[in-house]
Amino acid sequence: MQVTMTVNGEEVAAEIEGRTLLVHFLRDQLRLTGTHWGCDTSNCGTCVVWMDDEPVKSCTVLAAMAGGHEVRTVEGLETEDGLDPVQEGFMQCHGLQCGFCTPGMMMTARALLDRNPDPGEQEIREAISGQICRCTGYATIVRSVRWAATHPNGVDQNQPEAEPADLEVPDPATEAVPERAGSIT
Amino acid sequence: MTTLDARPVDKFDDNDQKPIGHGRMLRKEDPRFIRGLGKYCDDIQLPGMLHLAILRSPVAHARIVSVDVTAAQAHPKVKAVITGADLAEKGLAWMPTLSNDVQAVLATDKVRFQGQEVAFVVAEDRYAARDALELIDVDYDILAPVIDARTALSADAAVIRDDLEGKTDNHCFDWETGDEAATEAVFAKADVVVKQDIVYPRVHPAPMETCGCVADYERVDGKLTLWTTSQAPHAHRTVYALVSGLPEHKIRVIAPDLGGGFGNKVPIYPGYVCAIVASLVLGKPVKWMEDRSENLVSTGFARDYIMQGEIAATKDGKILAIRTNVLADHGAFNGTAAPVKYPAGFFGVFTGSYDLEAAYCKMTAVYTNKAPGGVAYACSFRITEAVYLVERIVDCLAYELEMDPAELRLKNFIRPEQFPYKSKTGWVYDSGDYATTMRLSMKMAGYDELRREQAEKRARGELMGIGVAFFTEAVGAGPRKDMDILGLGMADGCELRVHPTGKAVVRLSVKTQGQGHETTFAQIVAEEIGIPPADIEVVHGDTDNTPFGLGTYGSRSTPVSGAAAALVARKVRDKARIIASGMLEVSVADLEWTKGSFHVKGDPTSAVTIQDIAMRAHGAGDLPDGIEGGLEAQICYNPENLTYPYGAYICVVDIDPGTAEVKVRRFIAVDDCGTRINPMIIEGQVHGGLTDGVGMALMEMIAFDEEGNCLGGSLMDYLIPTALEVPDWETGFTVTPSPHHPIGAKGIGESATVGSPPAVVNAIVDALKPYGIRHADMPLTPSRVWDAMQGHPTPPV
Ligand code: FES
Ligand code: FES
Repeated sequence: MQVTMTVNGEEVAAEIEGRTLLVHFLRDQLRLTGTHWGCDTSNCGTCVVWMDDEPVKSCTVLAAMAGGHEVRTVEGLETEDGLDPVQEGFMQCHGLQCGFCTPGMMMTARALLDRNPDPGEQEIREAISGQICRCTGYATIVRSVRWAATHPNGVDQNQPEAEPADLEVPDPATEAVPERAGSIT
Repeated sequence: MTTLDARPVDKFDDNDQKPIGHGRMLRKEDPRFIRGLGKYCDDIQLPGMLHLAILRSPVAHARIVSVDVTAAQAHPKVKAVITGADLAEKGLAWMPTLSNDVQAVLATDKVRFQGQEVAFVVAEDRYAARDALELIDVDYDILAPVIDARTALSADAAVIRDDLEGKTDNHCFDWETGDEAATEAVFAKADVVVKQDIVYPRVHPAPMETCGCVADYERVDGKLTLWTTSQAPHAHRTVYALVSGLPEHKIRVIAPDLGGGFGNKVPIYPGYVCAIVASLVLGKPVKWMEDRSENLVSTGFARDYIMQGEIAATKDGKILAIRTNVLADHGAFNGTAAPVKYPAGFFGVFTGSYDLEAAYCKMTAVYTNKAPGGVAYACSFRITEAVYLVERIVDCLAYELEMDPAELRLKNFIRPEQFPYKSKTGWVYDSGDYATTMRLSMKMAGYDELRREQAEKRARGELMGIGVAFFTEAVGAGPRKDMDILGLGMADGCELRVHPTGKAVVRLSVKTQGQGHETTFAQIVAEEIGIPPADIEVVHGDTDNTPFGLGTYGSRSTPVSGAAAALVARKVRDKARIIASGMLEVSVADLEWTKGSFHVKGDPTSAVTIQDIAMRAHGAGDLPDGIEGGLEAQICYNPENLTYPYGAYICVVDIDPGTAEVKVRRFIAVDDCGTRINPMIIEGQVHGGLTDGVGMALMEMIAFDEEGNCLGGSLMDYLIPTALEVPDWETGFTVTPSPHHPIGAKGIGESATVGSPPAVVNAIVDALKPYGIRHADMPLTPSRVWDAMQGHPTPPV
């Protein structure tokens, strides 16, 4: 069957099998491989994209159902104005390790910030609770989203970014125990 | 517009946690990942590529009567259907495992676990390949399965491995360590002996990216390229050469970006071999990508140790000896990926962080009708099980002695002046100051205040628990004389080339799965040679373009490959010094190195930078006598010992007395991994491991029913913590460098996975003290905590 949709602002038309999942359509046919596929039961959220401004799990949407809708993927986060602050936040706060869950996490985070520009820790945790990250332990993802919330314009290129003091958990260890590493040559 | 180059990568240079050189540097790999431009295995599409899908056994134990593939072959999009019988004709039906057992690539005689590979289909697209699986008709003659390891050796148990010549039972191996008689003597005179049965259930690493590969065999030049989810590309290449008969130089293994590994991507799975066979047969690139349920039911599991622990002590709490009896469930094939001489991995460090008089362990391993594997999931070769055993049994002792668990530990630690410390099971701990780390964690937690709060809450009938755990790890395998995998010595190569303009490329034998090697290895080299990390390209995960080495698992990248990177840089620097002496017309002895340049002693203005030297090394000017052009070096680093990182963890839980639901309120983790390379990355490694630990303690388990059906075959059934189940981690650190590592670094990747499960369980058991409970087995789901509260804690099945 024929399907037509808008993906990251561009109209695409393609011939698909009726059963094609949106995740496979995006990945295999459009070669937008930033959206990932991590489970068979709609539990992992590595496949999250937007359909008309709403985050959806693209493994649970038929490509045919996206026909006539606007789809946005991680590849659409960066614009001519630069990186989305969410992307910048994930780099600044080590919100990713292997990067496999990251596109889905960032899409959800962007949707959250669009609705609530100043979410608290618990709101962020709830927003991403349908998604799994096996690497980061989530705290740095929470910090990344907070970074984006407090930097709506991203990094100011003229002002070197200082350590985001309000986001870093102060490390009591630094005061409590002198480093005994000695000198390393 | 933000460009990749516009952002200074090492803007955190002056961070107060400054460890080596560039400290909390942002990651070099992140710009591609945050744009969705990572290249994972399933992202690879080659012209003409076909798709492979595997038919798996629905039953745990059965004889294969017949396999009918006619209907599948007739499917219009199918290119090939291959069964075990077809592979047997080519001598490829069986392959070696990494622990010298054999494993079926496709079953020929019997299926031995649910999910075992029976046949495969290659088709034009992934959906058609799946469709064709439905058309294969297999007739099974069902056999009685052996599921519970406790009954595997009983006389009436069916023999699973009748493929092995003369095999009449399900015995896999026996192993022991320590001194049985000396331990018995200490136990006989001890004031207090505490015994406890402790189960570490079967769990699964479940990286977010499942396993898979793309095999591409070029018939004309006879070269096989395999893009694969591998943590150990070089070791895999050698095994493929041995299995397939293809010459090793005609095999190129590329591990592209990996979506997590945690040990799951160390073994060689039948699917990889199937894809290679398919590409050889069809002369086309073939992709195999397993789905989540295939990943959970068939690939390397972890743990599955049934342990009896015993601890002997004086009545005032001096621990004298520990002994343990372990029944190890290795599944249907021994797929453990531990060094060959260590069938139980490094379980021998079960003496923990304590100075004992004696210790002994006896282990029996058995085959069962469950998926093969054994070492996986960030376990540092079974140290997870060892640490859980000792930290649980020490808490049992504290319970019996009515002592504070932190105080009991402080009383028994190996003391700083005892290092290097040889344990009673023969392990030489390199360095440590355990009490300092323990006290720091207690200070961060506000330990005394927490105990006061707990007493008040108990008086009100509220359930609050404080769990303490202290672990010592042993990571960074070899040395090669003691440690090998299938005869391949556990050492790692590293090559460094400095280009004429002073930029460099460093090539590693290890492979990141998210740990950030592209950043940290550039930092290590930068520290040694003074070239900024931004100017150093890290190449890894491609056997044609990197030196040989055993790969990334068991937290061995920094201890082994990190050492190699530091030493290869020093070797280049030594050559640079000679060239500099020629340039400055002084003797080598008159030169002084300050990071990035050599200058004449006493005259800092008379200097040449490493960039100047690089240009001279490649240029037309004279070089000192006997010095070849170029500025590069290669080494192979053979570690003289493991490194022994350690940490003190404190967990605070609240349990709802009405629902038995456990809430992890706080988690304080103080780690000592020696010299710290990038604190940001270290913190990330710790956070991830703590989450694993909470998962295993509270929810993760691969369970089976009596027929051998896997009950954890999807992420709906195999539960992994989400952001709502874990707290905001509180981390701290101490720094006790490893004396034998060139920069004093130890591994960190698995510390938290090893150390956190006992902290969580100890906290829960502590909370349940009013119920008179001394032990309850993981995973402590609400229903199992409830059972414990009713007075019948049940072992997991
Ligand atoms: S792929 Fe797991 S939720 Fe979509
Ligand atoms: S960064 Fe690896 S799964 Fe989240």
